[in-house]
Parts: sequence; C-alpha cells; structure tokens
Amino acid sequence: MPVPEGAGETVVAAPALRRRTLADREDTLGRILLTPALLYVILLVGVPFVLAILLSFSRATSGSLAFSWAGLQNFAAVLSDPQFRRALQNTVLFTVVSQILVVVLATAAALVIDALMVGKRAVRFLILLPWAAPVSLAAMAWTWIFDSTFSVVNWTLKVAGLLKGWFYWFGDPTLAMIAIITVHVWRMFPFATVIVLAGRTAIPQDVSEQAVIDGAGFWRKLFQVELPLLLPIVAVAVLFGVVFTSTDLSIVWLLTRGGPYNSTHVLASLAFQRGILGADLGQGAAIALFLLPVLVIVAVAMLRLARRVEVGA
Amino acid sequence: MRVRSLVRVLKQAALYLSALAFTVFAVFPFYWMFLTAFKQNRDLYVGATNLSHIPWIFNDPPTLEHVKLLFAGTPYLTWVGNTAYIGALVVLITVIFAVPAGYSLARLTGAWGERMGIGIFLTYLVPPTLLFIPFSRVISVLGLQNSPWALVLVYPTFTIPFCTWLMMGFFRSIPKDLEEQAMIDGYSRLSVILKVVFPLAISGILTVVIFAFTLVMQEFVYALTFISSVGKMTVSLGVPVALVRGDVFYWGSLMAACLITSVPIAIVYNLFIDRFISGLTAGALKG
Repeated sequence: MPVPEGAGETVVAAPALRRRTLADREDTLGRILLTPALLYVILLVGVPFVLAILLSFSRATSGSLAFSWAGLQNFAAVLSDPQFRRALQNTVLFTVVSQILVVVLATAAALVIDALMVGKRAVRFLILLPWAAPVSLAAMAWTWIFDSTFSVVNWTLKVAGLLKGWFYWFGDPTLAMIAIITVHVWRMFPFATVIVLAGRTAIPQDVSEQAVIDGAGFWRKLFQVELPLLLPIVAVAVLFGVVFTSTDLSIVWLLTRGGPYNSTHVLASLAFQRGILGADLGQGAAIALFLLPVLVIVAVAMLRLARRVEVGA
Repeated sequence: MRVRSLVRVLKQAALYLSALAFTVFAVFPFYWMFLTAFKQNRDLYVGATNLSHIPWIFNDPPTLEHVKLLFAGTPYLTWVGNTAYIGALVVLITVIFAVPAGYSLARLTGAWGERMGIGIFLTYLVPPTLLFIPFSRVISVLGLQNSPWALVLVYPTFTIPFCTWLMMGFFRSIPKDLEEQAMIDGYSRLSVILKVVFPLAISGILTVVIFAFTLVMQEFVYALTFISSVGKMTVSLGVPVALVRGDVFYWGSLMAACLITSVPIAIVYNLFIDRFISGLTAGALKG
C-alpha cells in the first residue's frame, strides 16, 4: 500500500481512505487463505460423509464399484439382527458407565492435584501418560495384563485372598466388558482431569474463600460451591469423552475382537467387521450411521454450552 | 491444639495417598511394559497360579534379549521409518493448509469467519468410525489400497481442522496493534503477514507440527482399514497386529516396542498439552 502523496494536507482523511481499500483486499486475501483448507475438509470429510449415507442405502461391496439402490434394506437387516442390537447396547453401556466413572475420578483427581503442595507437576505429568500414549499400544499392554494365563491382576487378587476361582478375562462376556470399560476409563480420565484443572484456574478464588468465611465446611463447600462452578467445564470434558468413547474401535478390537461369542462388539467394531472384513460396505455404513445421532446431540450441546458461557462472561 | 495438628497431618497424608493412587492407576501399564520388556522368558512366562513367584519384580536379572529381537528380528524399524515418512508428509500438508486458514479465521473474515471456524472445528468431531467405510471406497477408486499415500491423503482430514483451530487461537493472541502499526508504517497486509506475524507465530506453528505428528503416530483405525502388508505398516498398526509368531505374541518384544514408542510421544505431548487443552476448550470457555 503506497503512502498517499501530499500527506501533509490530508492527515485526517488518509487513514480512512487507506482503511477502506485494505478492508476490500482483506476480504479477498482472507478467502484466498481459507479456501485450500476449506476445500480439503469439504472434499475429504464432507463428501465421504455424504457417501457414507448413500452407501448405507446401497448394496455396495468392496469387491466391485457397482452402486445399486437398496432402499431401507440394510437398516431393516441390521435392526432385526441380534448382534447389532447387542452392539448398540454395548456402545451405550460402555460409554455411559465409563463416562460416569471418568467424571468422578477426574473431578476428584483435579481437586487432589490442585491441593498438592509439592509434586503437582510431576503427578500431572504421570497421570497424563495414558492419554498421550498411542491407544493401540496401550490396548496391547492391557491385553497382556489381562492375559488368561499370566494375568498379574489374577495373581494379585489371589494373593490378597480376594479371588477363589480364576478370571478368564476375555473368555467371559461380563469380565471382558469390565476389562474394556477399565481401559476406557484409564485412557479418558487423564484427559478429563486436565480439562477440569484448566477450568478450575478460571474459577475466581474469592468465591470459595467467601464460602469458608461464611462458615461452609469442606463437604458443603465442595458440593454447593465448587462443583456447581465446575459444571460447565466438566460438561465439556464429558462431551469429548462421549465422542471419543462411543466411536472408539481400537480398544474393543484389540482386546477382544468383539468376542467372546460376539458379546462385546460395539457399533464401531461391528461396522468394521461387516463393512471391511466382510466386504459389505452397505451394511457397515448403516451400522456406523447409528452413531450419528449421538454426534449431532454432542455438537448441539457443545454449541449451546459455548453460547451460554459466552453470554455469562 | 495437638488434636488439630494431628488432623491436619492425617488430611495431608490422605491427600498424598489419593494422589499416589491416581498415579499408580495411570502409570501401572507402563510399568508393566517396562517389566515385560526386560524380563527373561523363564521369569516372564510363569503362570499366575504360581503364587510364590512374584510377577511385580525382576526375579532373575533383567535382559536385553527382547529389545535386541525387536530391532534385529522384527520389522519394527521399518514401521518406525514408515511412520516418520508418512508423519512428515502429513505435517507438511497440515502446515500448508492450516496456518493460512487459521490466520484468515482469526483476522480477516469477520463474523462469518467465526461461524466458519466453529464449523471447521466440529468436523474434528466426525470420527474415523463414520468415515472409514466411505473412505475405503474412495481409496479403491483412487487405486491407493495398501499404499502409504492413502494415509497421507486421509490423515490431514483430522489434522487440518484441529490445527486450523489451534492456529486461529494462536493468531488471536498476537496483539492487533502490532499489525496495524506496521500497516500505518506502509506495509501491505500480505507483507505484514510475512514479516511481522509469521516470525511471531513460529512457536504456534511448532505446536501444530508436534500435534499433527503425534496424531499420526497415535492413529490406528485408518491404518488398519487401508494397510494390509506388514512391510507398509505404521508403528501403531504393526506392533499390535503383526508382532506375532503364528498365534503367539512375542510379549517381551511387543512390550518393548510399546514402551519405546509410547514414552517419547507421551513426553513430547505432555510438554504441549496446555495448548492442546486451551485449543479444545476455547470454543466452550472463550479461554
């Protein structure tokens, strides 16, 4: 942008003039800078997303590229399939149970870490390891921990006198579910803890000091002052947790492959088994699409929360 | 008085004990990787029914056998190479697309930019589970089955949205005055971006590089869907899927691989986690 000639006379007018031309160019420049990323996302998230919906109404297989309309056939087949219903149930069960545990553990862990005088950073660092490690490798460590012959969990329970018989962790549906939920909780609570810790720093200290002055005891302060203030931030952690847990394929796949007797499948692993291994893309897509309502609800909740906090702030 | 100080000591003890409990729960699998990776086989493969053999410690001297086997007798290093190669390309693509987009959303696009930013962020919530089936069709149309290029193409679908969002937050934290001052001094917007903003954004770009790379190292689902030959796998796929002899896992080497891969990623990730969290919650908290 060249500096206008004769600036001496138009000192006042010049900035206004420059601003307008810059603003015009800013608009174009902004679009030029944004377009590549936007195109990438539209082409490789938007288009496949639409394709997922189309596939679920088709008889597509991974062997051929033919595309024939099947109407609601895939959905009908899936809905009358007991394996699918089991997977749907498991997805809900794993997500709800693990998120309840995550919320309790993460809130407690955040309060504990905040109260520490020494070792705060070290504890936070160590607690974060599960979230930072690649999920597939962590799942393998747990597979080994729950090994039917060498399980250290069994050994410890035996020695402590808490186990009479033997736990075949991946041979029994209930035990396998407990194992899967344990791994989900182990992986997600660190993430939620850090979010809650970040949120706590945003809570004004004087509120809780005022509560002490007003004579509130520890528990009363906790439940009537601190936790309600933490609610929005815990909600953020839960929303992310729901997305990451309900759509996770790797933990179930690596721990149990959906077994024993297909009792631990979740929507993600069943979609993988039918759609990729079984080459029935149509049915796989239909199964995966049942996750969509969850995601829509989470997205809406997220936007609502954003707006509410914004208005409050 | 004495009772009161006793109560205080007990409270502190309870506090540190609970901190310890959380830490033990979090760290235990890593300790288990470590033990398994360095235990001799005869110390490792003792059935848990043998209550006199304590599995929590080294009963025999530690060994490097499993680590040697991992490096010399398995494709682990090939997988590390593949991951580095794919990671580098994905990082490059991500930076090229996400950094300008982040700046654009932070400064140039106004009110609709805000909405567009949230829209891009929401795509980060669209999980691989919903997309791996249509992608498998797209990948086979493009003829990229079992090719690392499939991953190079697909991984930016989650790195770009997230890194755009991170960069947007980062650019917003750079004072606007700085740029306005430079423009009053006669720079055009474009040269302000190149000469003023870009040098200030280096640390933000570094964060994006680290995150894009760790996201690539952690990814499992797409790799499982697209890559089938052992020689083309990434670390996070090869180790859990292909480190087997027949039906038997090499647990020692497997845990060594998990340990050697996870710990560096975890440390780097830890250093940058605060930016990650403020990026994730920025929408909800205006942090």
